[in-house]
Amino acid sequence: MLKIRDLNVHYGVINALKGVSIDVNQGEIVSLIGANGAGKTTLLHCISGIIKSTSGTIEFENNDITKKNAKDIVAAGITQVPEGRRIFKGMSVEENLLMGAYLRKDKEGIKKDLESVFERFPRLKERLKQNAETLSGGEQQMLAMGRALMANPKILLLDEPSMGLSPLLVKEIFKIIIDINKQGTTILLVEQNAKMALGIANRAYVLETGKIVLSGTGEELSNSDEIKKAYLGG
Amino acid sequence: MNQFLQQLINGISLGSIYALIALGYTMVYGIIKLINFAHGDIYMLGAYVGFIFATKTGMGLVPTLIVSMVFCAILGVVIEMIAYKPLRNATRITALITAIGVSYFLEASTQKIMGTSPRAFPALLPKGLIKLGKVTITYQQVFILTITILLMIALQFIVTKTKIGRAMRAVSTDTDAARLMGIDVNKTISFTFALGSALAGAAGVLVGIYYSSITPLMGLVPGVKAFIAAVFGGIGIIPGAMIGGILIGIIEALVSGYGSSLYKDAVVYVILIIILVVKPAGLLGKNIREKV
Ligand SMILES: Nc1ncnc2c1ncn2[C@@H]1O[C@H](COP(=O)(O)OP(=O)(O)O)[C@@H](O)[C@H]1O
Ligand SMILES: [Mg+2]
Repeated sequence: MLKIRDLNVHYGVINALKGVSIDVNQGEIVSLIGANGAGKTTLLHCISGIIKSTSGTIEFENNDITKKNAKDIVAAGITQVPEGRRIFKGMSVEENLLMGAYLRKDKEGIKKDLESVFERFPRLKERLKQNAETLSGGEQQMLAMGRALMANPKILLLDEPSMGLSPLLVKEIFKIIIDINKQGTTILLVEQNAKMALGIANRAYVLETGKIVLSGTGEELSNSDEIKKAYLGG
Repeated sequence: MNQFLQQLINGISLGSIYALIALGYTMVYGIIKLINFAHGDIYMLGAYVGFIFATKTGMGLVPTLIVSMVFCAILGVVIEMIAYKPLRNATRITALITAIGVSYFLEASTQKIMGTSPRAFPALLPKGLIKLGKVTITYQQVFILTITILLMIALQFIVTKTKIGRAMRAVSTDTDAARLMGIDVNKTISFTFALGSALAGAAGVLVGIYYSSITPLMGLVPGVKAFIAAVFGGIGIIPGAMIGGILIGIIEALVSGYGSSLYKDAVVYVILIIILVVKPAGLLGKNIREKV
């Protein structure tokens, strides 16, 4: 479904991604783990068309989207839940959710998806008219996910959804991710929390300073000595 | 007391015009963090276009307002496209200097085409007075206030209730997050320029009527005052610009009424300095750290 080949990204002279190749197949949960500064966010932003690659290709459903702009990429069915939630402060919860459906014209479908977002995140419904800024960290993460789901994406890119949340909330968020996947949305999950991310992944990649250094099934990587040493604390 | 009420009324009608101009400053600043120094000149051109249209066609206020607003909206979009868009990733000071350049260009071109001497703006509104005791309100003041209020309501509706308005707010708060929603950021910025410039165009016509005289440099002082109004209210915040504009108008009128009109400009500048020292984020602004 998503096929990335030999991707290079530079920030000035910094080579943030060095020939990254990954695949995400329809229906999968694929996790990409790596330390702070490895290039995870850079990769997701590149897929979303927020930053441009210097070389390499990104294909989505057999179409080359490497040079497409962010708007066309969202329209193609790729939506990102960005690192740090990036909800729109000063806008209500409802307005934030509607922003997610910005490109859609099907009023009925939007209404239906809004209902299913409420079903998944009942707390958002209670706070519909509230300024999104006033939500707690966990609620903001749910809002960011709900907002992305409002685009009705084929693939959801999640950038460190567990960041800054209590272990209990992290569990809840991961349960929701699994559930979203079960209902048919493919997931590319970026995490520093390797244990959780490998636990739910069909397949996973390890990114180190801009390079993919390991890949395999979630289970294989969970049991690999290198991973245990570097990412799972023993 | 009568003197006070009289100055209050004068202040509110003048201030509502400052508010119209301040809205453009604040919206543009909100979305691309640029202080568009050419904004006062767009207001001036609005007055000139209104002047040409009204004198050539003899039509009334509403068609003149519309023509002037549409002209300014297009002009604002074109200026943004030619002068500011190529500088989207440049430093802020580069864009600021460019804006000053655009301002000089507009002033000099108008001087060249229309001449430097003042022009008499057609009346367009009925002359007359309403007397309430010792306080007088001119019909012009009533119309000016009504029109500005209607325009502000329309703006508030666009910004809070429409899709493009939501996009404007989203881009202002977080441009990259807005991109991730599929918002066309360039189009949204263009729309913001169109909206702000249209309001400036309307202000130009209203001032033309109020003072019945226009010059190519008429945008300078109101431009600066409207900018101060925007900072006063909290730059980037739309209701702040409305409140700031009206307050600046009232302060100016009171100073002219009780002190001397020689000091009215000085007082407004002193206010700017005080705000910058005491509450740099403005009346409605939150003192937050600059987004990096
Ligand atoms: N806008 C930027 N300008 C310059 N360097 C950047 C920028 N964004 C990220 N980088 C650098 O690129 C590398 C990868 O960053 P990032 O993709 O944010 O990593 P991660 O998400 O894995 O923490 C880091 O070395 C970071 O310092
Ligand atoms: Mg990151």
